[in-house]
Amino acid sequence: MGVDIRVENLNAWYGPVHTLKDVSLHIRANQCTALIGPSGCGKSTFVRCLNRMHETNPIARAEGSVRMGELDVYHDASPVEIRRRVGMVFQRPNPFPSMTIYDNVASGLKLNGYRKRRVLDEVVERSLKQAALWDEVKDDLKKKSGASLSGGQQQRLCIARALAVDPEVLLMDEPASALDPVSTAKIEDLIFELKSQYTIVIVTHNMQQAARVAERTGFFLMGRLVEFDATDKLFTNPSDKRTEDYITGRFG
Amino acid sequence: MTQSSPVSLPPPVVSSAPASSEQPNPVTPPPSEIRRFLQARSSGRWADGSFGGLMLMAALSIFVIVALILWVLIHDSQMSIHAFGWKFFKGSNWDPVNGSFGALPFIYGTVVSSFLALLMAVPLALCVAFFVIDICPPRLRGPIAFLTELLAAIPSVVYGLWALVVLVPIVRDQAGPVMEKYLGWTGLFAEPNFGVGMFTASVVLAIMIFPIICSISRDVMKAVPIHQREAALALGATRWEMLRIGVLRNARIGIVGAVILGLGRALGETIAVTMVIGNHPDILKNLFSPAYTLASVIANEFTEATGDLYVSALIEIGLALFLVTIVVNAIARMLVWAVTRGQSARVA
Amino acid sequence: MGGDTRAVGEGRMTRALPERSEHLERAIRIRRSLTNHLVTGLAILSTMIVLVPLVAILGYLIYKGASSLNLAFFTHIPAPVGEPGGGMANCIVGSGIILAVASVIGVPLGIAAGVYLAEYGRGGWMGTAVRFTADVLNGVPSIVMGIAAYGLIVVHYKFSALAGGVALAIMMVPTIARTTEEMLATVPHMLREAALGLGIPKWRTILSVSLRTATPGIITGCMLAFARVAGETAPLLFTAFGNNFWSFKLTQPMAALPLQIYVYALSPYDEWHRLAWAAALVLIVLIMLSVTLVRLYASRGTIKGGH
Repeated sequence: MGVDIRVENLNAWYGPVHTLKDVSLHIRANQCTALIGPSGCGKSTFVRCLNRMHETNPIARAEGSVRMGELDVYHDASPVEIRRRVGMVFQRPNPFPSMTIYDNVASGLKLNGYRKRRVLDEVVERSLKQAALWDEVKDDLKKKSGASLSGGQQQRLCIARALAVDPEVLLMDEPASALDPVSTAKIEDLIFELKSQYTIVIVTHNMQQAARVAERTGFFLMGRLVEFDATDKLFTNPSDKRTEDYITGRFG
Repeated sequence: MTQSSPVSLPPPVVSSAPASSEQPNPVTPPPSEIRRFLQARSSGRWADGSFGGLMLMAALSIFVIVALILWVLIHDSQMSIHAFGWKFFKGSNWDPVNGSFGALPFIYGTVVSSFLALLMAVPLALCVAFFVIDICPPRLRGPIAFLTELLAAIPSVVYGLWALVVLVPIVRDQAGPVMEKYLGWTGLFAEPNFGVGMFTASVVLAIMIFPIICSISRDVMKAVPIHQREAALALGATRWEMLRIGVLRNARIGIVGAVILGLGRALGETIAVTMVIGNHPDILKNLFSPAYTLASVIANEFTEATGDLYVSALIEIGLALFLVTIVVNAIARMLVWAVTRGQSARVA
Repeated sequence: MGGDTRAVGEGRMTRALPERSEHLERAIRIRRSLTNHLVTGLAILSTMIVLVPLVAILGYLIYKGASSLNLAFFTHIPAPVGEPGGGMANCIVGSGIILAVASVIGVPLGIAAGVYLAEYGRGGWMGTAVRFTADVLNGVPSIVMGIAAYGLIVVHYKFSALAGGVALAIMMVPTIARTTEEMLATVPHMLREAALGLGIPKWRTILSVSLRTATPGIITGCMLAFARVAGETAPLLFTAFGNNFWSFKLTQPMAALPLQIYVYALSPYDEWHRLAWAAALVLIVLIMLSVTLVRLYASRGTIKGGH
């Protein structure tokens, strides 16, 4: 099941640019937390700092404390070990084109050395069912390549791939922004189903989406966390004027 | 920055999650087999390091290759360098049998044949490049590019064979007499003409370097942003003017680079030239007379070279050839890179 | 450009404009148009001129080669000097062996160097230096590679297939490194991110995601390099040296197709000339096949297909 995430005084830089400034928050376990804000406000950077993905960029740097459950993300484990506990779904669907659907879902396990066929079969089936993709692909698991599916299906495949490793946390960076409305709705339903089992953090441009799926929402502006509250309260009665301006569409 | 109060609020109306989602799970289920497996795996830092190290060594092997080549060339030419010094490249008498090693005829042969080849190939290559990027109907572009590629893929020895059997008789019996008649006043085209000689070699060289000059010029011209061309057209330029102003002016540097690359190729071309140049170390004005190039003398005489000095002299020629082509190619690559920003890795 | 004069003329200044200006304007236009047509014609002409040697060479080659080709070519070794018949079976096998040696050394080194350039050396000075050196090395005359292999191996161990293989290998490495790098660069960065996000270590990501996705392009790059060295004669002149008999030993001189063509073409015997043409045809066909295959891939957009 999920763990909670405590972030304290997180600062991040891309080269000389200070992209995150003193961000602190507590993401509760088994909930869905949404992060909203205008483009470039740092919400994607924040999420990438949670599983140390920002380190894939050589000029990126972060300071501060991030704890996942009992684990200090930056000091108790290597980036690879952290990322094995955290599932990530990206803005654009990115299944591996040179692998079948089966291999895509199982990639987090197979490429980390897991060999037991029967367990893999079960995991693949379970993950695809969780991602609501099983019925559509169950006959083509080992015949079709991951890239031969439609956009919405590919994204659900990526979600299945992330779930297959049984993560404690699921990070989603604008998972539906590249998809059509029908696929978007399917993914939102998915998040709804999943959030009782995992801790989900979702970055979104779409405020209605945040309102639909998340219990708590954080509003980022220019690298700072401006407000973090229960979704309902944030949208109907925000405490900060800047939040109110963003929500009513005055900018962004 | 506001934080919500620690007291858990009633769940929002929109969410249909059960009330218990706000409270911590009373019993944390044990981690699954998958989780246990993954968490037990090592972070692979050692494997990452070794792999990266291996790749680095492979990349360094390229430097090692250059170093090895240089070492062999310098080390094995020492004897000749000590014996002759700079006179080696100023002497025009190459007579190893009598101990005379003058490399000037080869320099002459290499320079003149390459220069003539460029003279013939560059205008043609530019015209064809011009044709392909602008005039040519789109359907023909693929086939023409394919044909150019075929020309580039033909091995040197096959060019030589063809030239020996087809080109040499033409130069000796048909083209030669005509050129002597009308251009003989220049002193460049005279008897004796046996077919093999500087002129034939230059023609073969021209055919061989044409593809690379043409395709790199094409790349370079294509790399010029299209709005340059559009701007010229919008001002009322004719097709040629659009090319001249919109493309050539910007691509000048790259085209010079392409030409120099062709030069580099011509300087080092060995087999086809050896087969039709006559292999005679003389410096003569008559372009129909046999000549000799730096690469040809090595190809021709290396296996029969008697005595260490002879071999060493040939290796010294190899060293000169190596250094010259490295410098020429380096300059050319820098020029081409300046225009195309290193996008293409044309390797032929 | 003189297009405006008339517009001005239609304004207030009609009476002030001399006749000469219109002449000049027309003359300029005619000259521009002529130049344009001249250059266009020149371009078309050049293209046709260029196609002539290509057609001539290929056509003649096929004509002479096909008439000389017979079964004996593929099954017999060269006959003694002056005698008719014989073939180049040992040369075909010899070329195969030398190329195999070259590939075993050159392909892994080249691909690994390409992996370094694409995955580790993108921005730094080391990557730039390696890239530049590889490009420059590609322009070095192949006979120099032969000298290098001679000095390193032949001097100690005599003429051998191994030396020939090494000479060809050092030609393959820079070529394959650059094409591998190009192909890996076409793999979208997103895919690497997806793999890293799953906790897959970098080395595994490179092997199972980057290389696996770029495999078709990398293979065609290797084929291009292979085709290029398959036709090389100069590096083998004093390394593999050639052999008129069957030989399979790596430490002995070995026959090779291009070498034999060279020797036979320069000889005075008609029979040998005939064999040279046949061999040239076989060589060309093999190389053309590779080039055509590469072109097919190029049209699918997998590789920027050469010229």
